[in-house]
Amino acid sequence: MAEEQSASKKPAVIRIKLEWCKGCEICVAFCPKKVLVMEGGKAKVENPGDCIKCMLCELRCPDFAITVE
Amino acid sequence: MFNYLEYIREKNFPHIWCAGCGDGIVLKAILRAIEKSGISLDETVMVSGIGCSSRTPGYVDMNTLHTTHGRAIPFATGVKHGNPKLNVIVITGDGDATAIGGNHLIHAARRNIDITVLLYNNYIYGMTGGQCSPTTPTGSRAATAPFGNIEPPFNTSGLAIAAGASFVARADVYNVANCEKMIAMALAKKGFSLVEILTPCPTAFGRRNKMASPVKLMEWLRDNAVPAAKWKKMTEEERRGRMETGVLMDVDKPEYTAEYEKLVTSLRTGK
Ligand code: SF4
Ligand code: SF4
Ligand code: SF4
Repeated sequence: MAEEQSASKKPAVIRIKLEWCKGCEICVAFCPKKVLVMEGGKAKVENPGDCIKCMLCELRCPDFAITVE
Repeated sequence: MFNYLEYIREKNFPHIWCAGCGDGIVLKAILRAIEKSGISLDETVMVSGIGCSSRTPGYVDMNTLHTTHGRAIPFATGVKHGNPKLNVIVITGDGDATAIGGNHLIHAARRNIDITVLLYNNYIYGMTGGQCSPTTPTGSRAATAPFGNIEPPFNTSGLAIAAGASFVARADVYNVANCEKMIAMALAKKGFSLVEILTPCPTAFGRRNKMASPVKLMEWLRDNAVPAAKWKKMTEEERRGRMETGVLMDVDKPEYTAEYEKLVTSLRTGK
């Protein structure tokens, strides 16, 4: 089990459900840290170490396809 | 991470909406707002009419009703009247609620019945092929306005306020945190509440209006949907073509089902 107090310092785990991603690019375009890119018409995690867990990609994905932990 | 899977009918996913359609963004905001409000799903009913946004009830794991074009509010009125304890949420669009269902909208607001109307305004009839709706901006192109719309649009929130709604807010899916907050406030309100949610339709509206990509439409919302605090400082000139977001009306007044209950009690007891 994860320890609660260190949760925010842990590196982000970003998951993309490719079967649900429709490649709208919204997550890629508005990520403030350029963590995500497009590849083959789907979103892809490129620089997970830069993620600040702002959650904007998860909040704005219309397809329930990207999650950040 | 929010566990959406608890609230959706996963077997119906991926959903039917186009790539970059805002309807999915609104749906997620609704689910978070429901969780935040702590309302019981067993005592919540989601009612929709016809249109792209009206497909929403098919994706949520609660009591749902997908009705006829423009008539979500009458069905919702019946549900609420039958069992006033239920939380009744109407999902509708600009075409569904302000054209064919326009009269139902204004009279439910006037009556102040305790239902929450979430009106997705994407400025167009998406499902039927991009015809002008009553909210299509002047000058915008639609299948029925290939040279640009010559009609002025409804200010939908203004219409609901004028008709007597007790809570009216406007939100957009770019400012998604505010969208969730406005929905949560509307759910909590006792009385008729409406949230007009500005949301992109890249397929039927964007493509005809030089904003074919979902990102372009989101940028348009970012640049044109203005939070109330900033709106207050803007000049008339700066406001032109832009939309104020946030709470636009919030008053307490007698609610219809409560008044009805009072009447029944007084007739029964003779007091
Ligand atoms: S959480 Fe924020 S920083 Fe991290 S990938 Fe998503 S949008 Fe980018
Ligand atoms: S926002 Fe969602 S659907 Fe769009 S590209 Fe990103 S993961 Fe895919
Ligand atoms: S037509 Fe427009 S509103 Fe309908 S699903 Fe496609 S993008 Fe969404």
